[in-house]
Amino acid sequence: MRDLLDDLDGWRAKGKRIALARVVDIEGSGPRDPGAAMAVNEDGDVIGSVSGGCVEGAVVAEALAMLNGNNTPRLVTFGYSDDEAFAVGLTCGGIIHLFIQPLTF
Amino acid sequence: MDLYSIYAERVRANVPTALVTVIDGPNIGSMLLLSPGNQPLGTLGEPELDRVVVRDAEGEIEAGRTSVRHYGPQGQTTPEDLVDTPTVRVFVDVSSPPPTMWIFGAVDFTAALAKVAKVLGYHVVVCDAREVFATRRRFPMADEVLVSWPAPLFSERGHQLGSRDAVCILTHDSKFDVPAVQGALGTNVGYIGVMGSRKTHAKRLERLAEVGVTDTADLTRLMSPIGLDLGARTPEETAISICGEIIARRTGRLAPSLRDGTGPIHK
Repeated sequence: MRDLLDDLDGWRAKGKRIALARVVDIEGSGPRDPGAAMAVNEDGDVIGSVSGGCVEGAVVAEALAMLNGNNTPRLVTFGYSDDEAFAVGLTCGGIIHLFIQPLTF
Repeated sequence: MDLYSIYAERVRANVPTALVTVIDGPNIGSMLLLSPGNQPLGTLGEPELDRVVVRDAEGEIEAGRTSVRHYGPQGQTTPEDLVDTPTVRVFVDVSSPPPTMWIFGAVDFTAALAKVAKVLGYHVVVCDAREVFATRRRFPMADEVLVSWPAPLFSERGHQLGSRDAVCILTHDSKFDVPAVQGALGTNVGYIGVMGSRKTHAKRLERLAEVGVTDTADLTRLMSPIGLDLGARTPEETAISICGEIIARRTGRLAPSLRDGTGPIHK
């Protein structure tokens, strides 16, 4: 999260609502290690990344849904290609577990 | 100050820190912030769980490892206690200080290497005994530029070097690179690279033998001539070849092209 701090500080100073997504676990092949993070603010601005670009779009959608509705922190999994709930997969075939939460701590 | 602000402050100050979050189970989203030597801040909602997690997170900080751990609701860790109970999954997000690269010799290759090392997230220290060359103006990308001989730097700060760190000796000057190699061998640094042709390397080995550095275990730690065989010519290309070698040594790979191999890319 180190590389996100400057932008996060800027957003917080402007009072933006922010959702934070962090990679907590990887199964098989995955491009980013646990701890990789991205953040989305209420305007849809995005910083950081959690994969090689495969799932970022879906994470932004999840994050905005969190900021605009159910703000309960939750685990999200990407990479089960046969799972209808999360049709977005990693091109490298791995499974990525993310934790998404509002940055209110 | 809120938890995030304290976390950000510590990460910026390179204080080893764990940001602990319940990601599954009761009190999902509750957080605890921990840095060794400081009172833990926040709570996961159960004092006994906090106690056990703090203990484990300190170990993870020590190992520099980010991971998910499983507990019973009151912090139980033995498998028998976890049967038929809902488990709490806890994400221990560890922030370690960046790795360090010491570069000896204030030459053109140094500027290029310092630049690439910064891209990779290193704290870069440039060191040369010659005051006219070791200047901030020549190495604005470095975090520190020191006018010093190798020995005092190693005796003062060598103990800070560990397996994630690197020492690159680019001087070609035995007055300087012999003590630099000696100093580096006296540390636990993970990578020691020394620049020079094969001829220079052979001569350097003689000089090292003269000062008593003959132990094979020591000499095999030296990556000399420095770098991967990329056919690099310019300082910038050489910097890539050095950093490529550092990564390959850390991961234990031979560094051929992925196309020519088999098996998973990420292990």
